[in-house]
Amino acid sequence: MAGVAVSTTINGDSVEFLCQPDETLLDVLRDRLGLTGAKEGCGTGDCGACSVILDDRLVCSCLVLGAETEGRRVETIEGMAHGDTLHPLQQKFLEHAALQCGICTPGFLIAAKDLLAKNPDPTEEEIRFGLAGNLCRCTGYDKIVRAVQDAAIVMKGA
Amino acid sequence: MRYIRPLSMEDAVGQLAGSSGTAAILAGGSDLLVRMKGGFIEPDLIVDIKAIDGLSEITETGDGFSIGAAVPCAVLGESAALKKAWPGVVEAAKLIGSKQVQGRCTITGNLCNASPAADSVPALVAAGARASIVGPAGRRTIPVQGVPTGPGKTSLAKGEIIEAILLDKRAPRSGDAYLRFIPRTEMDIAVVSAGVNLTLDEHGVVKSARVALGAVAATVLLVEEAAQVLIGSRLDEATLERLAKVCAGACRPIDDKRGTVEFRRKVAGVLAKRAATTAYARAGGK
Amino acid sequence: MNFDPRFSGRKFTSVGTRPIRPDGVDKVTGRARYGADFNMAGQLVGRILRSPHAHARIIKIDTSKAEKLAGVKAVITAADLPDLTNGDAAMYDVLDNCMARTKALYDGHAVAAVAAIDARTARQALKLIEVEYELLPHVTDVDEAAKHKAPLINDAIFTEGLEEKPVKPSNVTKRSQFGHGDVHQGFGQADFIVERSFKTEQTHQGYIEPHACVANFSSDGTADLWVCTQGHFVYRQHCAQLLGMEASKLRVTSSEIGGGFGGKTHVWAEPVALALSRKAGRPVKLVMTRDEVFRASGPTSATSIDVKIGARKDGTITAAEATLRYSCGPYAGSWAEIGAMTAFACYKLDNVKTVGYEVLVNRPKTAAYRAPSAPMAAFAVESAVDELAKMIGMDPVDFRIKNAAQEGTRSSYGPVYGPIGIGPTLEAVKSHPHMKAPLGENQGRGMACGFWFNFGGQTCTDLNIGMDGSVSLAVGTVDVGGSRASLSLVAAEELGIAYEHVKAVVADTSSLGYNDMTDGSRGTFSSSMATISAARNAIKILRERAAQMWDIAVDDVVWEMGHAVAKGEKHGNLGKLSLKEIAVESGKTGGPIAGHSELVADGAGVSFATHICDIEVDPETGATRVIRYTVVQDAGKAVHPTYVEGQYQGGAAQGIGWALNEEYIYGKDGRLQNPGFLDYRIPVCSDLPMIDTQILEIPNPNHPYGVRGVGETSIVPPLAAIANAVSNAAGVRMTHIPMSPPRILAAIEAEREWSK
Repeated sequence: MAGVAVSTTINGDSVEFLCQPDETLLDVLRDRLGLTGAKEGCGTGDCGACSVILDDRLVCSCLVLGAETEGRRVETIEGMAHGDTLHPLQQKFLEHAALQCGICTPGFLIAAKDLLAKNPDPTEEEIRFGLAGNLCRCTGYDKIVRAVQDAAIVMKGA
Repeated sequence: MRYIRPLSMEDAVGQLAGSSGTAAILAGGSDLLVRMKGGFIEPDLIVDIKAIDGLSEITETGDGFSIGAAVPCAVLGESAALKKAWPGVVEAAKLIGSKQVQGRCTITGNLCNASPAADSVPALVAAGARASIVGPAGRRTIPVQGVPTGPGKTSLAKGEIIEAILLDKRAPRSGDAYLRFIPRTEMDIAVVSAGVNLTLDEHGVVKSARVALGAVAATVLLVEEAAQVLIGSRLDEATLERLAKVCAGACRPIDDKRGTVEFRRKVAGVLAKRAATTAYARAGGK
Repeated sequence: MNFDPRFSGRKFTSVGTRPIRPDGVDKVTGRARYGADFNMAGQLVGRILRSPHAHARIIKIDTSKAEKLAGVKAVITAADLPDLTNGDAAMYDVLDNCMARTKALYDGHAVAAVAAIDARTARQALKLIEVEYELLPHVTDVDEAAKHKAPLINDAIFTEGLEEKPVKPSNVTKRSQFGHGDVHQGFGQADFIVERSFKTEQTHQGYIEPHACVANFSSDGTADLWVCTQGHFVYRQHCAQLLGMEASKLRVTSSEIGGGFGGKTHVWAEPVALALSRKAGRPVKLVMTRDEVFRASGPTSATSIDVKIGARKDGTITAAEATLRYSCGPYAGSWAEIGAMTAFACYKLDNVKTVGYEVLVNRPKTAAYRAPSAPMAAFAVESAVDELAKMIGMDPVDFRIKNAAQEGTRSSYGPVYGPIGIGPTLEAVKSHPHMKAPLGENQGRGMACGFWFNFGGQTCTDLNIGMDGSVSLAVGTVDVGGSRASLSLVAAEELGIAYEHVKAVVADTSSLGYNDMTDGSRGTFSSSMATISAARNAIKILRERAAQMWDIAVDDVVWEMGHAVAKGEKHGNLGKLSLKEIAVESGKTGGPIAGHSELVADGAGVSFATHICDIEVDPETGATRVIRYTVVQDAGKAVHPTYVEGQYQGGAAQGIGWALNEEYIYGKDGRLQNPGFLDYRIPVCSDLPMIDTQILEIPNPNHPYGVRGVGETSIVPPLAAIANAVSNAAGVRMTHIPMSPPRILAAIEAEREWSK
């Protein structure tokens, strides 16, 4: 099986890697590039823990081949904060205790970022349906929804 | 295993036709990668069709709409013209998977995956959609219900690729709707589903109708008898009850992990009724 | 050490505030390292071959082809994990569950494992292992398995706890009984009696992080294990015993844990990873797939429960009885016993009797799931209680208040209660606005109570004061949901310093004494007790050092608000010494300052909750929607109230999933049909409303701050509360959990037929 050479952009940086044709973007991020922020909860697109943004579209990185990212832009949780300044969503997740175990948190933050980029003023229902592709087993979602609502207010004011 | 990203249909068809071993077409990958992960398929060749010119576009022509095979479902929802003309098709496409999956999955892929429970297929069948197929022997166009032949099986020959799904231009006073039943509010496969497409006359009487049911047989059912029940009516209570009964009767469901025979029969009728009511309202009926 | 754990009323400065958790930034930036996020140089990929059969004798395993595949470094079977359990039956079961020895006992039972240079090679190697099975008849249903003619899962098991020793083996491993009084006589005094049977299906804890570990066995006989676990000290004991090591030679580091809920309290893959590493001579990383998590790890019991409750016209319960059958998977357990203990724990009863039967089935070994066994018993009992209230014509809350257990009540499982929260939670519910909110068409309201024991247990902490006056707190209970924040608050409180100056970490097994695992809602209860004790020990040293600095008697030095204060008129001119001032000088006054604590935390106060929920049912499809949900629970003292609320909300959400949609579905072939998040349907964000919480604080007399465990009780009432709500909305009593749409629609249709 011949490896595929890929040039892509991850969190604004040019990145080159070699991967197998059947290797997912998630495996590339975690095993080849050391970006372990995206998590594998299922590997079948059902939990959203591996969410990344690919050319402005929210995707599960477990359902994208590494080879497909040639010439494209990938945003992961590792690129969400600016230096040591947290993104408002990250800050609000902390303040609202929107995480318990935290394994789903990177996926939720990426999905929420995508949600607010497309809909800066979502209703509670829009947030709930917008984040339905991300499973959380700890929180019952209450504090996650509140954190996103609060972050939306902060981001609109910014 | 090889991964290729052809730039033309000719190249893609040629590569597929000339491949030995298992070949897979990759558009959104939301079914293919899951099957690869589960070890159900180990393709020798993966043909990524997303770089092929025109396949990632929705085009509106004098005849209607052409939805390229690589257009993600999320994009369908962003097309105002398509949503206005075929709201039922768009709402069906928008029900597939999560936001994450929406950014990848395609209605062509949904059709070719040939699951009896596919969300977009009953809506497409009700809409009378056609598939434009390119293969070694040239181009052919068939009704979408001719594509899946059974669970996981299609009528596509070796080397054939669906390049687009075609939807007709809308007649005045038309409306369509799609409903599915799932136990949760999101993230489930349809336990049973119904698509209804109606055109009314000036008086609000149903002139033509198509009713399709999903997840109640090996392939999506186009229920002619149900259409006949609707035609000539204004969707009064008695008509809707008859529709529900006919739809329940047309089902050939199975018991499985997602639902029982009785449940699917009963709910198929309920959903057909509700979808017809929505389609009727969208067509301007009161 | 003479630590006094008794509650003393005090004013809190730090405890009860809501600071940001110490592990927070790492978790929102993707830097926190979970089980699968750790790697070692030269690491191999481990994979496990699992039985596709529910019950089969293993005739032969041929690994020769797999061994010859290029890139394969080790292949193991049960032969590589010899039985060193020395008659310890429970450990033998753990061993057999890690790797089947003579029989595969469920779909997903491990039979062999490989370590290879990459995932692809490991996958191919699994396909090359040839296993010859002799298929045996199987049984997966708890009621079927308990029958005399059921296929026997283990013919060496004879039911324990019967009056006469049985002569024939059985799938029923044990009978246990609790209660007091005379139920026969009690029912004789009843004006109304409700008698019903209930079933609940098997559910999974559903943690989002699959089991993952990296094992590194060294040629010198020592080993390291990095693993996501609720109890790394317990994992060390078990792994060391199964591999024939001295415990101290195995260092286990607990990674951040991506959810456990009881499911990460048992070893599964870890001894296998260690055995692979030992054989290959290289580190091995072993991560379960989601499919493996469902097929082979921790589900809860499926149950079948009969309940009978009688009451007088005035609403006094005269007798209560329950028979509970719980599935254990293929190995003996005590799940029905716990269910039998908890069933009637909320009530003050003169005549009560519960009997539990443990039943073997060809399903994965049952593991704890948040207040294990209690939710199912509460579902049955609280459904019957609701029905009985209706029969008598009493409000369900008033009926429960009338019969609620109180301080001094002899509980249905034996002990006499101290101060408890069942009455207060019921009173709070009675006056809660939720109970008065109007309901729409097809909507129903339900409420129910729940009980959990709460555990304490062996606990050890180290509190080290740095020379800059900051404090490192090393604890041994894994942080599953914010306990490092809570324990930092407790250390800050006791020392009288700011929360920001305390940093709590979970220490590895070589750095701290033994700790029981984080289960039984013991994490914050036990480790806060040990932290208080450690802090008090440190304070004693701080006082000694201050005395030395001042050159006065230590008895004249007291600790107040983070400072040493010299007491008595003769020291009037000495002022105060802050913790930092003393720490800075520590190198000159006797060296590092630290406080340690090793204790058994006794007296975990029992916990009660009452929940209210509103459900809408679509009468044409059986679809349900949770409209509103309220949790009222006693926390003793909420150390970090936000995380207490989080526990309440999380337990409620899990209970909602269990009540409505989650279940293991087995085919006739004994294979699990839905081993994935697509068809094992845990609630998604759009399924739930906000979950309101009300924290009550009835101090636990056995903890210095009054803390009770809070983690588990919240999953106990939801099954019953939702069943009561659905029953009220649909007009038909639901007796089978989950109340999936097909079950609800079938019940509605049956009721329609019946009333025709």
